[in-house]
This record gives sequence, structure tokens and C-alpha cells, in this order.
Amino acid sequence: MKILVCITHVPDTTAKISFTDDNTKFNSDGVQYIIGPYDDYALARAVELKEASGGTVTVLNVGTSETEPTIRKALAIGADDAIRIDAEPTDSYFVAEQIANHAKDAGYDLIMMGRESIDFNGGMVHGMVGELLGLPAISPVMKLDIEGQTAKLAREIEGGKEYLELDLPFIAGCQEPIAEWKIPNMRGIMSARSKKLEVLAPSDASEAVKLQQYELPPAKGDVKMIDADNVGELVKLLKNEAKVI
Amino acid sequence: MSTTEKKFTAKGGAFLIEETPAQAVFTPEEWTEEQKMIAQTCKDFLEQEVYPKLDEIDDVKGNPELMPQLLDKSGELGLLGTSVPEEYEGFGMNFNTSMLVAEVIGAGYSFAVALSAHTGIGTLPILYYGTEDQKKKYLPKLATGEWKASYCLTEPDSGSDANAAKTKAVLTEDKKHYIINGQKMWITNGGFADIFIVFAKIDDDKNLSAFIIEKDFGGVTMNEEEKKMGIKGSSTRQVFFNDCKVPVENLLSERENGFKIAVNILNIGRIKLAASTIGASKGIIANASQYANERKQFGTSIGSFGAIKHKLAEMAARTYASESAAYRAGQNIDDAYEDMVAGGMDKTEAKLKSVEEFAIECAIMKVHGSETLDYVADEGVQTYGGMGFSADAPMDRSYRDARINRIFEGTNEINRMLTIDMLLKRAMKGKLDLMTPAMNVQKELTSIPDFGSDEDDSLFAKEKKVLSNLKKAGLMISGAAVQKFMQKLSHEQEILMNLADMLIEVYAAESALLRTEKLVGIKGEQACEQQINMSRLYLHRAVEIANKAGKEAIFAFAEGDEQRMMLLGLKRFTKIDPMNLKDVRRSIADHVLEKQAYEF
Repeated sequence: MKILVCITHVPDTTAKISFTDDNTKFNSDGVQYIIGPYDDYALARAVELKEASGGTVTVLNVGTSETEPTIRKALAIGADDAIRIDAEPTDSYFVAEQIANHAKDAGYDLIMMGRESIDFNGGMVHGMVGELLGLPAISPVMKLDIEGQTAKLAREIEGGKEYLELDLPFIAGCQEPIAEWKIPNMRGIMSARSKKLEVLAPSDASEAVKLQQYELPPAKGDVKMIDADNVGELVKLLKNEAKVI
Repeated sequence: MSTTEKKFTAKGGAFLIEETPAQAVFTPEEWTEEQKMIAQTCKDFLEQEVYPKLDEIDDVKGNPELMPQLLDKSGELGLLGTSVPEEYEGFGMNFNTSMLVAEVIGAGYSFAVALSAHTGIGTLPILYYGTEDQKKKYLPKLATGEWKASYCLTEPDSGSDANAAKTKAVLTEDKKHYIINGQKMWITNGGFADIFIVFAKIDDDKNLSAFIIEKDFGGVTMNEEEKKMGIKGSSTRQVFFNDCKVPVENLLSERENGFKIAVNILNIGRIKLAASTIGASKGIIANASQYANERKQFGTSIGSFGAIKHKLAEMAARTYASESAAYRAGQNIDDAYEDMVAGGMDKTEAKLKSVEEFAIECAIMKVHGSETLDYVADEGVQTYGGMGFSADAPMDRSYRDARINRIFEGTNEINRMLTIDMLLKRAMKGKLDLMTPAMNVQKELTSIPDFGSDEDDSLFAKEKKVLSNLKKAGLMISGAAVQKFMQKLSHEQEILMNLADMLIEVYAAESALLRTEKLVGIKGEQACEQQINMSRLYLHRAVEIANKAGKEAIFAFAEGDEQRMMLLGLKRFTKIDPMNLKDVRRSIADHVLEKQAYEF
């Protein structure tokens, strides 16, 4: 089985977020980057599937050369080879186009990724790739087993769970508990440097959405404690100061 | 390292008498992508497997299986085989990479102790002194963690005086076995070890021999877990050998070579311990700075108070010095190894010889790392205030677990004495010319003082002058002490402590300066503002300590004119331009508070 896992290169969950250039650019100064946590689940499950029944796992990232340490980590976790499409990932459509263009003739049995990135949290790329390739796209996949050419999966839906079955190939947007994150082991780390990391030029694609400006949420204001017996004061403040009623 | 420059070859202990070019030192900023990934794996392991279970781990009686299970898991990741060559199922990493692993795991409390005892004193004796058969039999199992190892040197009546051990080995009549009888104590990993490296005297030998004992040989019993002040999760037992029958092929190295094995393995253990204290210190700095930001008093975060900033800055600067020096020495060991192998030396022998070459630095780092950690832990508790005293906050464990580091792998007192002892021995063997520079200092003492007329205003020119003077102070006082006491200097332990303090501070302060100088060359002054601050702050501390230690030593053995002359010399050699250290500390602390971590 030939699996493609698309990974994002995102700021660490503890990174402090700030912007530059009049709030139009993310300030990456001093920021540590990681594999998108949801993508990391997808990758872990892909490696498990490969270990259980053979095949290959290719990781793909749309990004500049700065993302290579993140890609190498994916190789250390157990992917066999990697592709970096050498472009700034401007918006979901642009990224989806790049993935679809690469995948359309590459013969993957399964394309996996996180249900969303954790920087822009669009959660759209899997659906767009499915549309562009004419394949089903399902998200969030929380359990995934493959039997022959059939995939059995589970996802949580409003008020319950649903169990699905469909034929390969398809696109899976994954989240926990599909697998447990894998810590790269020494052998993986040492073999990562000799695994193939192919850099491809981006295909012609344009972004569908242009970013105008970022804004940080307002700083948390002071908290006023009001005595439980003093409801009148509370109502007055909510009306006149907070202006919410 | 720039290839266009003449290659600088560091020699053990030579930092005292020569200048090291900044380009020649390794800095932790130079880790490769692969090494960073290894460090991340160690960090992920602690976060995933160790930190959520700290209380269970510390309840070693309640959960005796937990620590060996954690070691198994770390073994699956390959963390137990970093130093073991690939032919024995390890990863054959260089020395500095194994230091990096020790550092990151060092923030893992008791788990760090179990892992380092297994990979260090448990595994290395076989790796460095084992026969090919012994290596083939034991190393793969130790590298994967299938078998766990421990090291049995200390006895009730022999601790620092290791050669006084009473454990006996007697050859059987058929000459096929040794029968071992004796009692060992403070045995780390004792509760679950499959392999014991045991030091015992054969018949009436004067010196120790070493044996590899498998638990299944029989005759191995142990006491309950020891109750300890800290590292409570580390299994520590007394181990008894009662007519334990050990095949003759399990003698490690040659008869009576045990003391040498113990000493050489401890050299490695010492510098690795330093690496591990750096990781622990960084962990405390992260916690303390986070707490200082969160805790509000008098309407503001306590991190905004100068008294707290003072602590955070000192914690960071001392850790920076320790880190700079540890990896400088680690790289020296790697370079010496490469040179020795290139010169045709056997790889195993080269591993040992390269560490032995820098044994002085190993002892220095053991002391500096463990005392830095103790300071950092103590001020960590203080930063937390009342919560620092609560067992529900992290400082309690950090504080208790830090303390042992000044005791094991040779007490800091032993290591201080060794530092001077080894330095003098190297001088006597002609490996280190202490005499010429010491004579030059004598000459300088009686000449007109240098008032610093030179106009060199390059970065660190003044600091280098200060360092060079500190070295002179050390040479002046040690030279005089040697002349005075000759062979009896070893009986003057107080003076040896003073001399060691001077040496330790010179090495730490110089290493911090060299690292920063090299970094400035790469990134520019502006990007290295805090590194410059920390190096300068540390240098001031080094001067203070050297001055105090120097005075105490001079008072202890010199009188009259000689005393006056040396005190004048000391004053001259410990001169440093005033600097507003308060502002320097505030700047460092603000950075630490912003990052909420030791991150520069």
C-alpha cells in the first residue's frame, strides 16, 4: 500500500504569537516549529499501517527550505521518503492544488493529513484535495483500519459516532485517538538523513484568499469581584460598563 | 572550526597556562539537526513517560516495576545505547552527543539517575575493559535494556577510600570460578539489576579487581530499599554476595586492575554528571521564571522585583558557564579521541585515554555543575516562596534531588583535591609546563605593575586580561604552596580546596567568555547581548571567588614579607573594572522572564 501523509510545519503550541509589518506578517523570530499535531497523528497511524501490512509512507510538505527539519523528523518517525514542494503555503486552496497536482498521477492508495493545521486552523485542505482529485474526503477520522482495498473508519458526529466503510483511495483528515504520537527513536533519527527528500517546483496555482491583516485578541481585562448579595451593582455594571445587557 | 587557521590542540589542564582561541571551542549552538532531534526525543520521552508519573516513580517500594519498565521504554527508543558501538547494537555516538543526552535526561529526576547509572557506570566498564566475548555477551543486552546494570564499588567502610574495600574473591580449586563474599552499599539500580559490576580483592591482593556478576549466578541478596533525602525513585540497595560463584571468564580486565577501572569510569561519570546537572538547572529556571511571572504580590508579578531578578539572572549565568565549559571539555575529548585513532590507537583505548587526558576538566565540571545546580535549586525554592516549601509544587523534588550530585561520583571535596593533584602530577610528568609560567609570575611580581596602558578596545579585550591575571593568581599561589609543602601538600586539604576553587572558576569563566566570543563572531554583538551579559557577570563572580580563595590560602601558609608580597600580587591579579551588575542582572532576568525558560 502506498500512503501519502501531508504535514504542516507549525509553531510549537507554547510559542508566543506576534506579528510584524503592520500586522500583516507572522513574526517567526525565536519560534520553534513542529509537525502539526493532527498531522502527527495521521503520520503515526500511517506508519502503523505500513508496519502491519507493508507498503510505503511518503510525507509531503508545501513549504520553503526552512521546513526541512520538520520533514526530517517525519522521516525519523518512520516515513520512507519525503517531498517538499518549494513554495510559501499562502492559503488552503494553493496548498490543496499543490498536493493534488503531485498526487494525481502518483498512484497513492491513501492520502492522510491532520483534520486541520494548528496555525490557521482552516480544516479545508483535505476536502479541497478530494474535490480536485475526484475522491472522497472524510474528516475527522478517529479510527482507521484497512482490509484489502477497503477502509473501515470511525468518526465522532454531533451526539454520537458513525462507522464508515469505503474503498481506497480516499483522503482522510485525522485526529486522535487514531494513533498515539510516535517519538522518533535513535535508529529512525540516524536513518532519516539518508532517506530521500525530493524538492519539487510548485505547480501553477493561485491562492483563492488573500490575507489582509492579523489581530491579536484583546488582552484580558481586570476582573471585578462583586459581592453575591449586591445583584443591583452587577446589573448596573453589565449595563453601563460592559454594555452587554 | 575554520580550516584556514592553524589547528589548536587542547591539552588537559593546559587552560591554566595558555590562551585558547575562541574558534577552537565547541558551543552548544552548533548542534546538528540530528543532535537536536535526539535531544527532542529525550525531552518528548520525559514529557510523555516520566513527568506524568513522578510521584509513582518516587514511591519505589510501592511501584518497584515502574523504573525498569521506563528503562525498557527508553531502551526501545535507543536511549540506552548511545555510547555503545554499532557492532554491539548501540549507536556509537560521539562523546558530546552522549553528553547532550545526559543533559536533557538530567531534568528527569530519579529516572535520570537510573538511566545514567545503567548507561554509565553499569555499561561502560564492560565496553572499555571487557574481552570480546564479554562485550558480545553483555553489551547488546545492555544497549537495548533487556538487561539492567549496576555498579558495586562502595562498602560500609570504604567510600571515598575505594581501595579499602573488604569484599573478597577466592579462586576455586579447579580454577574455574571465583567465590565472592562481601557487602556493597548505595547500589543504584540494585533492586532490578541483572548485572552487577563488582569490585573485590582476590586473595590478599593489595588492589581491587573487577568482576561481571549476573544476578542468576546465585548468592546475591539485598536489603530493603534505602530511605533517602532525594532521588527517592532511584532504587538504592545494599547488596550482599554470599559465596557467589563467578566463572573465571567474568573477571573484568586484569587482576588488580579494578581501581584503575573505577577511576577511569568515574572520570567519564563525572563530566556526564555535569551535563545532567545542566539539564536539571535549566528545568528549574523554566519553572521558576514561569512562577515569577504568574505569582502576584503587591499588585504585580514577583518577576518585576529586583530581588527575584537577581536570582534568575544568577541562575542563568552560572548555568551558562557550566554549559559552556562542559561541552568545551566534551569536544576536547572527542577531538583527542579522533587524533588518537588517526594515530593508530585502538578505538577502545583511545576512548579511555581521551577522557583521561581531560580528567582535570572532568573533575572541575563535576564540582561546578553540581554546585551550580544546588544554587539554582535553592534559589528556585526561594523564588517560589511558601509554595517552594510545598511538596505539591515542583521545587520540592528539584531541591531534594539536586543534593546527591555533590556527593556521588566522588564527593566534591575529593574532586577538588583531585583537580590539584592531577595538575601537579601532569607537571611532574612533564606533560604540562607549570614551572615556566609560575616563574614568570614571580618575575612579574617584583617588576613594575602593568597599568593597562594598552589601547585594545575589542570586545572582551579587558575581560581576557582579567582572565589571564586570574590564571597568574592561581599559578602564584599554587607555586608557592608547592614550594612550601612539597610532597606534604596533600595533607593541607584546606589549601587544596582554595586552589581548586581558583582553578574551577578560571575554567568556567573562560569557557563562558570563549563561547560568547565565538557566538558574537557568528551572530554579531547585538544578537548576543545576554550571552555577553552572562559572561561578564560570571567573570565578576569568578574574580570574587578567586580573590577570597586566594587570600585564605595565602593566610594559611605565608608569613611576613612573603605574605605581603603575595597579597599585593593577588590584589593586582584580581583587579576588575567596576560594572553595574545590578543592571546586567536585570537585563538577563528580563530575557529569562520573557522566554520563561533558559533560552538564549
